Amino acid sequence: MFVNDMLDKARKLLAAVDAEPTERTIGAGIAYAPVRLWHWVNAAAILMLSLTGYVIGTGTPAMSGEASGNFLFGYIRFAHFSAGYVLSIGFLLRIYWALIGNAHAMQIFWVPLWRRCFWREVYHEIRWYAFLTVEPERRVGHNRLAQLAMFFMFTQTITFMVVTGFALYGQGAGTDSWQYKLFGWVFSIWPNSQDVHTWHHLGLWVIVTFALVHIYAAVREDSCRAGASLL
Amino acid sequence: MGGATETFYSVIRRQGMTRRSFHKFCSLTAASLGLGPLAASSIANALETKPRVPVIWLHGLECTCCSESFIRSAHPLIKDALLSMISLDYDDTIMAAAGHQAEAILEETRAKYKGRYVLAVEGNPPLKEGGMFCIDGGKPFVEKLRSMAEESMAIIAWGTCASWGCVQAAKPNPTGAAPIDKVITNKPIIKVPGCPPIAEVMSGLVTFITTFGKLPELDRQGRPNMFYSERIHDKCYRRSHFDAGQFVEEWDDKYARKGYCLYKMGCKGPTTYNACSALRWNGGVSFPIQSGHGCFGCSEDGFWDKGPFYDRLTTIRQFGIEENADQIGMAAAGVVGLTVAAHAAVTAVKRLTHKPDRAAQKRKPS
Repeated sequence: MFVNDMLDKARKLLAAVDAEPTERTIGAGIAYAPVRLWHWVNAAAILMLSLTGYVIGTGTPAMSGEASGNFLFGYIRFAHFSAGYVLSIGFLLRIYWALIGNAHAMQIFWVPLWRRCFWREVYHEIRWYAFLTVEPERRVGHNRLAQLAMFFMFTQTITFMVVTGFALYGQGAGTDSWQYKLFGWVFSIWPNSQDVHTWHHLGLWVIVTFALVHIYAAVREDSCRAGASLL
Repeated sequence: MGGATETFYSVIRRQGMTRRSFHKFCSLTAASLGLGPLAASSIANALETKPRVPVIWLHGLECTCCSESFIRSAHPLIKDALLSMISLDYDDTIMAAAGHQAEAILEETRAKYKGRYVLAVEGNPPLKEGGMFCIDGGKPFVEKLRSMAEESMAIIAWGTCASWGCVQAAKPNPTGAAPIDKVITNKPIIKVPGCPPIAEVMSGLVTFITTFGKLPELDRQGRPNMFYSERIHDKCYRRSHFDAGQFVEEWDDKYARKGYCLYKMGCKGPTTYNACSALRWNGGVSFPIQSGHGCFGCSEDGFWDKGPFYDRLTTIRQFGIEENADQIGMAAAGVVGLTVAAHAAVTAVKRLTHKPDRAAQKRKPS
C-alpha cells in the first residue's frame, strides 16, 4: 500500500529528526536549497495573492473611459490566478520534497501530537518565548512550537486556500472544467459560493497573522541565536 | 380528468388550434430549450402520442410567488402548459374543486397513476412540533408531502423555499422549516430555485419532462443544467465593466447612471446560479441588474443570511459580533501585531540586561 509506505517513511524520517544531533548541522546546502528556493517563491506568491485578493474582495476605484479601453480588474484577477497556480504547483513540489528530502523537509506536514517528548519540547519553547529560560531546545530545523504554527496556520490554511481557490476558479471556468470537476465538491459543503468566498477571505487573514508572527520569530531568532541563519 | 390516453395534441386540436400552430409551438419550445434542429419533430411526436403527465401541485409554507411567476410564462404560453401539456389534477390555489372534493383527487391520483405522476411542491414543510406550523387539509403539511411523494415518479421543488428553505428557514428558523430534500430522500428531486424562479424556466422544465418522459440532466445541487449551469455574472451585460474595474460606488453617483458594475454595491451575481441574465423576466423585458439594482442571490442556499444585500462581503454572526471577514481579519492581525511589538520590546530589554553572561549560561532543564 502506497499510503502505508508513506507513513512508514514518515515515521523513519521523524526518528531521524529525533536522532539528529542538536548542534548546528544545517550547512548541508544541497539538501536545503530546494526548501529555501520554495520558501521565497512561495512567499512572493503569497504576497501577490494577498494584495490582489484583498483588492478583489473590495473592488477598485472606478476607472475612467470606456469599458473597452480598460482591463484593470481583469489584470488583477489574472495576477491572482497566476500566483495561485505558482503557489499550488510549488506546494505540490514541496510535498514531493517532503517525501524524498531529508528529515526536516517533513516537519511542516507531520506533527507527532501524540508523543510526550513533543509536548515537553513545546513546553520548553513556550518558556523560551516567555523569557523563562535562556536556552532554546532545538537548533536544527523548526523548533516544536514553530512546527505547530507551521502545520496548523500555514500548511492547513494553504491547503484550504488552494482547494477553495480552485473551486471558486472552477465556477468561472465553467462546470465542465477540470477545476470544477476536481474541486466542485466544496460546493456540496457550502452550496452557496458566497460562503466559500467568505471563508477564502478569512483564510487571507489567517495567513497575514501567520506571516506577522513568522517574520518576527525569524528576525528575533536571527538576532538572538548565534549562527542562526535567516535564510 | 381526462382519460389515460388523452394526449397534448388531441387536447389542443379540440381547442381549435391548427396543426401548423402546433408545429410552430414545438419549434419555439425546442429553440428555447436550446435543443438541436431535430428536437422540434421529436417534441411534436411526443406530444401527439404520449399521454399527458398528471401533475399534483402542493403548497407548503410559501408566498405563492412561484405560482404567480409560472402563470406569466410566455414561451410556452402558460395556457398551453397548464391546459394542454400537463394534466394539472390538483393545485389548491387555482383549482375549481374545494374541501373534501379536492382532497379526494389526491387519493385518486395516488392510486390511479401510481409511480407515473409528477409531484410539484411549492414551499416547504416546517418540522418542529410535529409539523403543526403548517396545517393543510386538517393534517400537517409534512404528512401530506410524505404520502404524495411515496407514489410519485419525481418531485419538482419549485422555488427557493422547496429547494433551500428560503425566508422561513432563515436564522433563527423558529418553525424548523426544511427544504424538500431533507424530508424526501428516496425520490429524484429537481430543484428549481429562485424567489420566484423565472416563468420560462418553470414552463420549460415542465415541457422537457412531458416531452421526453424523463428528468433533465441535473447538477451537483440537483438543479437542471440547462438553466442553472452558469452564474448571473457569467452572462451579465455589465460584465465588461467588471473586468475593466468600473464599479458603482453610490446609488446616485454618475457611475450608477453610466450603468457600471454593481459588484461594490453587493451584487451577488458572481455567486448566483440562475438564468436571469440570459432569459430575463416578463418575457425577456429586463432583470434586476438591468434595472440598476444588484442581484440578491435569491436562487442560492440561505441567501437571507448572506447579507447585507448591499455589501460585497458577508457579515459573520458569531459570539454576538457582526463583522465581515476584513474587519475580523484586521482586528486579529492588529492584536497579533501589537503582541509581536510588545514581545520584541521585552526581548530587546532582556538582551541588554543579560548579554554579558549569556554565553556562560548553562542549559536549564525545563
